[in-house]
Amino acid sequence: MSTSKVQIALVLPDLLGTYGDFGNAVVLEKRMTWRGISAEIVNIRFGEPVPESCDIYVVGGGEDTAQTLAVRHLREHPGMQRAAARGAVILGVCAGIQIFGESFTRADQVTHAGLGLIDSTSHAGGSRAIGEVIATPADGLFEGLLTGFENHQGRTVLGPSARPLAHVKVGTGNDGSVEGAVQGRILCTYLHGPVLPRNPQIADLLIEWATGIKPGPLDLPDVTRLRAERAKAAGVPL
Amino acid sequence: MSSKLSQKMGLGAGGMIGGRVALKLDPQALAHLTSGRQVALVTGTNGKTTSTMMLSRAVSFLGEVATNHGGANMPDGHVTALSKQPDAPYAVLEVDEGYFPEVVRAAAPAVAVLLNLSRDQLDRVGEVRTIEKSLRTALASVTGVVVANCDDIMVTSAARDSANVVWVATGTGWHNDAASCPRCGDPIRWQGEHWQCTGCDLARPRPQWVTGDGYLVTPNGVKVELSLRLPGKFNQANAVMAAAAAAALGVPVEEAVQRLRAVSNVAGRYRTIQRSGHRARLLLSKNPAGWSETLTVVREADHPAVLVINAHEADGRDLSWLWDVPFERLRGRQVIASGERATDLAVRLTYAEVEHTIVPDPLLAIDAMPPGPVEVIANYTAFRDLNARAAQ
Repeated sequence: MSTSKVQIALVLPDLLGTYGDFGNAVVLEKRMTWRGISAEIVNIRFGEPVPESCDIYVVGGGEDTAQTLAVRHLREHPGMQRAAARGAVILGVCAGIQIFGESFTRADQVTHAGLGLIDSTSHAGGSRAIGEVIATPADGLFEGLLTGFENHQGRTVLGPSARPLAHVKVGTGNDGSVEGAVQGRILCTYLHGPVLPRNPQIADLLIEWATGIKPGPLDLPDVTRLRAERAKAAGVPL
Repeated sequence: MSSKLSQKMGLGAGGMIGGRVALKLDPQALAHLTSGRQVALVTGTNGKTTSTMMLSRAVSFLGEVATNHGGANMPDGHVTALSKQPDAPYAVLEVDEGYFPEVVRAAAPAVAVLLNLSRDQLDRVGEVRTIEKSLRTALASVTGVVVANCDDIMVTSAARDSANVVWVATGTGWHNDAASCPRCGDPIRWQGEHWQCTGCDLARPRPQWVTGDGYLVTPNGVKVELSLRLPGKFNQANAVMAAAAAAALGVPVEEAVQRLRAVSNVAGRYRTIQRSGHRARLLLSKNPAGWSETLTVVREADHPAVLVINAHEADGRDLSWLWDVPFERLRGRQVIASGERATDLAVRLTYAEVEHTIVPDPLLAIDAMPPGPVEVIANYTAFRDLNARAAQ
C-alpha cells in the first residue's frame, strides 16, 4: 500500500458513472472502514490527471460517446495503466470490460483501440442483452453465485491470458456462456446492480488483493436477503 | 366508452385506450386534432406533469385549454385529451421525451418547452446523449418559440439551433451527465452559475427570464413574487418555465403567476392523506435528479420517511440508479424501506449508514410510524398504486 489509507479511485464518474457505479466504491470503502481498515474514495473527474498511487481503481459503465472520451482521457493520463503494471487492483464494469481490452468494435463497425489491460476483444452483438443475470464462479475464484443486472450490446471474447469470472446460468454475460474476465488483479464484469452491493464476496476478494489480508466475516442481513430475492427472481434459488 | 373500459380494467386513469383506438383508425389523428389550435408542448426528464398543469392554468386566461392532466404523455394520451375538448382553441400537452419528435411533426407547436435532461430509466428511455440529439433535430424544426433552461447543459445544446429561443435561468440542473460537452466531447468548465465548453463555443446563453428564491424576473426586469403552494426549488423552476411559455402565447406575467400559484396537487402528488393518526405527504420521484431534489424538500423538517421502490417496466427494471441518490442525507432520521424492491433500497440505506426497517407494503409502513407527519417518497408505479389505494 502506498499510504496508510487504502485509496479507492473512482475513475471518471462523470463519464463512466451511468449505472450507479459510485456504489461499488462505497461498498469497498464501507466494508474496509467497518472492519477497522482505513479507506477513502478519491474522485477522478474528466479533465483531471489520473494518479498512479491509488490501491484500487473502480471504472464504471458509460454511453458510447462517453466511453470513447474516457479512453482518450485515460491514454493522455496513464496513471491507472501504470498502477496496473505494479499490481494495483482494478474493477471494470460494463464499458470497463470493453475499454480494458485490446479493441472494441461498435454497432457502426468502427473498431477502437482499447487500453490493452486484459486479453480480450469486444464487438457489438445483434441484440441488446437486458435483464437479471445469475452465474456460477469460475475456477473457485469466489463463493456463492454471482448476481447482477445486465444492459449492454457488446459481446466479449477472451484471449488465452484472461480467464472468465463466472459461467452464465441465466442471462448473456460476455457471450451467453461465460461472464466477465480476470487477469492478474484486474477483474471485469458486465453486471450492474451495482455488482459489489449484490456480491459482497467479490468486494472482499478485491479488498484481499489490495491489502494482502483476507477480511473477516461481515453479517449484513439486508444483503443476504437481497441475494436470495434476486436469485429467486431469476429462477435460480440460492 | 373505451375510456371507461380502461378505468375498469385498472389501466391507469382512463387516458390511454380511447386514444389508442383513434390512432389505429386514423394515424393522422394527432395532426388533425391539433390543426387550428395554438399548441404548447412540454418535455424534459423531470417536472413535465407539474409544468404542464401550471402552463394550462396560465393559458386558461386566454381561453379554453385542452390538456393531458395526469401524465398520459404519449400520442394516444394526446389524442384522448384533444378529443375530449374538440373546441378548445389552446392545447397544452405533456410529451414523453422519446415521442417528442413525432409529436412536434404532427402538432406544429407555437411553443415548445424543454425543462431539463438527465439519466432516467436507461433500460427503457435510453441514454441522455441520444435523447439530446433527437430533441435537437426536432427543436430545430420548430417555427414557434422554444422555451429552454439555460442552466442545463443538455437542454442548451438541444435548443440552441432553434430559430426563436427564450432562455430561462432556473437555477436547477443535474450536472452529473454533462461533464463532457454534448457537441464536441471536451470538458465543461463551471464558474459560478456560468458554464462553457473548453473545446467549442457551447456556453450558457444569457437568460431572458431569471428564477430567484421565491420570485422571478421578467425580460423587462420586473420582479414578480411566486408564492407557490408547491414545495421546493424545482417547482419554482417549473413555474418560471410555465410563465415564460405562457408569455410567449400572450399571457401577461401577473395573470400567469396568479393562476399557476394556486396549483397544489398534481395528479395526487404533494397531497397529504390522513391515515391511522398520520398525516402522510405523498411525493413522487422517478430518477436520481428527482430524488435528489425531493430529499432537499423533506430536509426542511425532520419527519420520519417511508421510501417506496418498485422496478416495473415503467420504473426501469435496473435499480442501479439508487446508488446515484444521496440517501446519506437521511442519516439520523426514522426511515422505512418499502415497495416491491424494498430490499434493494435497504441495502443502499445500509451502506449509506441510514438506520431503517423493511415493510414492503407502503400503507402498513405508514401505519408503523409514530403518529404525526410522515413523508412518503415513491417512484412511478409505486406512487401510482399507493395513490390509487389511498383514494379507496
